[in-house]
Amino acid sequence: MVTQIIYKTLLASFILVLSLVVAMYSTLIERKVAGWFQDRHGPNRAGPWGLLQPLADGIKLFFKEEFMPASADKFLYILGPSLTMFVALLTSAAIPWGPDLVINGVAYPLQVADVNIGILYVFAILSIGVYGIMIGGWASNNKYALLGAVRASSQMISYELAMSLSIITIVMMTGSLSLREIVAQQQGFNWNIIYQPLGFLIFLICAFAETNRSPFDLPECETELVGGYHTEYSSMKLGFYLFAEYINMFISGAVMATLFLGGYHFPGLDKLGLSPNVFAFVSFMVLFTKITFFGFIYMWIRWTLPRFRYDQLMKLGWKSLIPLAILNVVITGVVILLNQ
Amino acid sequence: MFTHYIFHFLSILALFSAIMMLASKKPIHSVLFLTLTFFAIAGHYVLLNAQFLAVVHVIVYAGAIMVLFLFTVMLLNLNKDERSPKPMWVKIIAFIAGGMLMLTLIGIFRGYDIQSAQDPMTTQIGLVKNLGKILYHDYLIPFELSSVLFLTAMVGAVLLGKKEQI
Repeated sequence: MVTQIIYKTLLASFILVLSLVVAMYSTLIERKVAGWFQDRHGPNRAGPWGLLQPLADGIKLFFKEEFMPASADKFLYILGPSLTMFVALLTSAAIPWGPDLVINGVAYPLQVADVNIGILYVFAILSIGVYGIMIGGWASNNKYALLGAVRASSQMISYELAMSLSIITIVMMTGSLSLREIVAQQQGFNWNIIYQPLGFLIFLICAFAETNRSPFDLPECETELVGGYHTEYSSMKLGFYLFAEYINMFISGAVMATLFLGGYHFPGLDKLGLSPNVFAFVSFMVLFTKITFFGFIYMWIRWTLPRFRYDQLMKLGWKSLIPLAILNVVITGVVILLNQ
Repeated sequence: MFTHYIFHFLSILALFSAIMMLASKKPIHSVLFLTLTFFAIAGHYVLLNAQFLAVVHVIVYAGAIMVLFLFTVMLLNLNKDERSPKPMWVKIIAFIAGGMLMLTLIGIFRGYDIQSAQDPMTTQIGLVKNLGKILYHDYLIPFELSSVLFLTAMVGAVLLGKKEQI
C-alpha cells in the first residue's frame, strides 16, 4: 500500500514535469517550425540552436511588470490563469502511458488513475477547461477581454458536442469507458483510426477548437480583439495562459493517440521479446512519438491556414460536424448490429 | 475514517457555497458558487461509489449548464445587482413556501428507513455497467419518454426563440 502510494506520487510528479518540459520546448519548436514554413531561421541566439530560448522567455515573463486593472475583480483575476493551468494539468492522470513496469515481480501500471470511466473523466475536465478563460476574461473588466471570453465559451460548448458524439462510436466499438481497456483492444495494428476515419477527423477538428488553436483561435483573435481574453494580463499570469495552451496541445495529442492511434501499441513491437521494463520504455517512446506527430500537425495547420470568421466557425460546428458525427454514430451502430 | 473527513469537508463546502450563491451581490459570483456546489455534490457521488454519476454530473451541470449561465450573465453584462427590490409580501410568501418545502423534505428523510438502504459499495449500483443495465432494461420506457420530453422542450424553446412567424 505504502509503496503504491509512493509509486503513484513519483509517477504523477514525473508526468507533471514531463508535461511542463514538453510544453516549454513546444514553444521553441513552434517558432522553429514557423521559421521553417516562412523560410527564415527562427530563434537561434540563446544557446546552441536557440535551445535556451524557452528559459529566456520564462525569465522575461517572470521579471515583467505585474499589472492589474484598477477596476478588475481581484480574486477572480488571479483565479483565471491559475484555474486554466490547473485544469490543463489534470487530464494526464487518466492517460495510460505504457504497459506495466515490473519491479521485483510486482506490476506497476504506467497510469496514475485507472478509473473505469476514464474517457468521461477526460471530457469532464475538458468541459470545465473553459472556466479559466471565462473568469479571466470577465474579471479583467475590459470589453475586448469579455468578448474573447464569451466567444471562448460558445465555441467550446459547440465543439464539445461534436467531439463527444465522435467518441461515442469508439465506446460502442470497444464496449468500455476505460482508457486502459480502449488501448488494450488496439493491440498490434488494430487501431481505431482504421475503423473510424470520420470520427477521427471530427475529433481532430474539435480538438483544434477546444485548445483554441489556429484556425479556431477566435477568443484571442488579435486582429479583432487586441488580445482576446488575456488582453489585460501581463507577466507570469499571461505566461500561464500561453503555457496552458501548449500543455493542452500535448495532452490532447496524448488523448488522440490513445483513442485513435493505438496508444502505446506499435505493430510487431510485442513480438520482439523485450524484457518487460525495456518494453514499457519503448512503448512509452512510441506513444511519445505519436504525440509529437500531433504536436507537429497543430503547428503545421497554424502556420498554413488563415483564421476562420466567427459565423463560419459556428456554421462548421453546428451544421457540418454535428450532423456528420450523428451519421457516424448511426452507421457504426448499424454495422455493429449486422456483425452480431 | 479518511472518507469520513472528506464527507465532512464536502458537506461544509456544499453548504457554504450554496449559501454564498444566495448571498453574493454579483450575479457572476453566484454562478461560480453554484458551480462549486455542483463540484462538492459530485464529490459526494464519488464517496458513494458512483463515479459515473459524478462525472456525468460535472459534464452536464458544471461543464454545460453553468457555462451557459455564465455566458448569458456575461453577455448581458449584469455587473451589479440591478434587480428592483422585491416588495415585502413577496419575501414573506417566498419564506413560507421555502419553509414548507424544507419541512416536507425533513419529514421525508425522517420517515425513511436508513437501515434498509443498500450499501453502494456492495451493490455497485453506481458503476456504469449496472446503471446502464437498470436504465435500459428495467426502466427503458420511462427513460426513453424522459428523453422525448427533453427533445420536446428543446424544440419548443427553439420555436419560441425564432423571430419570424412560421
